[in-house]
Amino acid sequence: MLRLEGITKIFGGLTALKDVSLSVTTGSITGIIGPNGAGKTTLFNIITGLYTQTSGDVYLNQKNISFFPPEVLAGIGLVRTFQNVELFGQMTVLENVMVGLHTKSHSGIFSCAFKMPGQIKEERYIREKALQWLEFTGMADLSGIQAENLPFGKGRLLEISRALAVEPRIILMDEPAAGLNSRETAGLAHLISRIRESGITVVLVEHDMELVMDICESIIVLNLGKKLTEGTPREIQENEAVIAAYLGDG
Amino acid sequence: MTKEKRQILIFLIFALALLITPFFLQGSYYLNVLVFIGIHTMLAVALNLLLGYAGQISLGHAAFFGLGAYISGILTTRFSLDPWLVIVLAAVCAATIAFVIGFPILKLKGHYLAMATLGFGIIIYIIFNETVSWTGGPSGLSGIPSLHIGSWIFDNDLYNYYLIWIITLAVMLLSINLSQSRIGRALRAIHDSEVAARVMGINARVLKVQIFTVSAFISAIAGSLYAHTMTFIAPASFGFNFSVELVTMVVVGGLGSIYGSFLGAAILTILPEFLRFFHDFDIIIYGLLLIIINMFMPGGLISGLQSLAEIAAAKMKGKTRGDA
Repeated sequence: MLRLEGITKIFGGLTALKDVSLSVTTGSITGIIGPNGAGKTTLFNIITGLYTQTSGDVYLNQKNISFFPPEVLAGIGLVRTFQNVELFGQMTVLENVMVGLHTKSHSGIFSCAFKMPGQIKEERYIREKALQWLEFTGMADLSGIQAENLPFGKGRLLEISRALAVEPRIILMDEPAAGLNSRETAGLAHLISRIRESGITVVLVEHDMELVMDICESIIVLNLGKKLTEGTPREIQENEAVIAAYLGDG
Repeated sequence: MTKEKRQILIFLIFALALLITPFFLQGSYYLNVLVFIGIHTMLAVALNLLLGYAGQISLGHAAFFGLGAYISGILTTRFSLDPWLVIVLAAVCAATIAFVIGFPILKLKGHYLAMATLGFGIIIYIIFNETVSWTGGPSGLSGIPSLHIGSWIFDNDLYNYYLIWIITLAVMLLSINLSQSRIGRALRAIHDSEVAARVMGINARVLKVQIFTVSAFISAIAGSLYAHTMTFIAPASFGFNFSVELVTMVVVGGLGSIYGSFLGAAILTILPEFLRFFHDFDIIIYGLLLIIINMFMPGGLISGLQSLAEIAAAKMKGKTRGDA
């Protein structure tokens, strides 16, 4: 599904990522973990087109997407969520998800201004579909609330709902459990499993080890900008290099 | 009643109120003021699409207004072209300029965008002043013909009132439609978080240029109509001060509210009539107005009044319950 080959990113004199290669299997849940500063978010930013890598290539289903901007990636089914929840605060919950359907609709400025018949039909489709996604994530009863007034946990959920509306083939989540309480985290784990069941490949960067070990089939460990190892949760838990990276060199 | 039906009803009442207003007015003074309010509303709506929805500032919008006015003025007085044809031509011309400068300019953000649009406005203003053989320079361009349909000439205040307001209402209706569509949502998404909007598949760069172009198109139409109803134009109407006044209209009325633009335009058109005795100090009043609105009603008058009404309604409710 997703394959990275020799990704290197240098900021000024600082090497944030060095020759990172990895691959994600279709339909899996893959976790990317590592201590602070390991380069996890940088890696996400490169995959999703927000940063350009110094060298290396990114492939989505054998297609080289190395220098694709995020708006093009959304169109071919790659979407992400943010560590600091990037919602459209002035818009309602429903409208946020409706924005997620941007690539599923095509009316231009002219047909929107003149309310052409096709546009009215499309608008109805967008609304219905957005409501369906809110039902999927259990947020339908909040659809009329302005997004900036949501509690943090619901904001996270809205961001995922909005990303799902893009109907991605692969979704990248940057620390989806950060700031959630244990009940919300359990709900999140259940939601992520349901997302995978609907056929979407999930990649997540996460610090909550319990969540990662619980739902991921495959884990990739980054440390100081390099790939340390990869494997199943069990293998990672027993890997001494990983333990050393987290606890400091013993 | 569904939300959509209620909105149609509000627009119909609004339009009807404006269309019957002339029957209750005597003399041409008030009609004249209302013609100006119409032109200013068109401009404020155009700027609101850019500033209120997409969140991109322009401190040079008077330039597009001026381009419309001068292209119409010059082509009809010197080349005797058909005024209606020229209006379309002027709008396409201004839109093309906006499209071309839009790509480099709209890459800028915040203060830098403000400076770039400011510079553009000043350049156009200087051109109006200096190309004397075309524009008449600082003394202006006169003898611009009135518009006409067949033998029906728009040369009195009542005809001009209906000419301006029918077009303004059309611009308002189309803008309301646009604001409630996927394009309107995409613009507001860019306003709130450009990076998230892009991740959702919105081509922010292109969309910003598109709305800038549409905004210039509408502003130029307002400029052409201004030229044909006033029959005289001078550069002073299209300078930096007027650009600032337009921004004030949009902010006072309410960012992202089409009716707010009407309210802002109305206030900023009527206010100077009352502030005559302040002479040049009226600019201070504008400044004060901006500060007060930003402090107490950051959403502009429209949403400010709405929340006031809600508070009042809640209080009334509480009172009656208390009595019972």
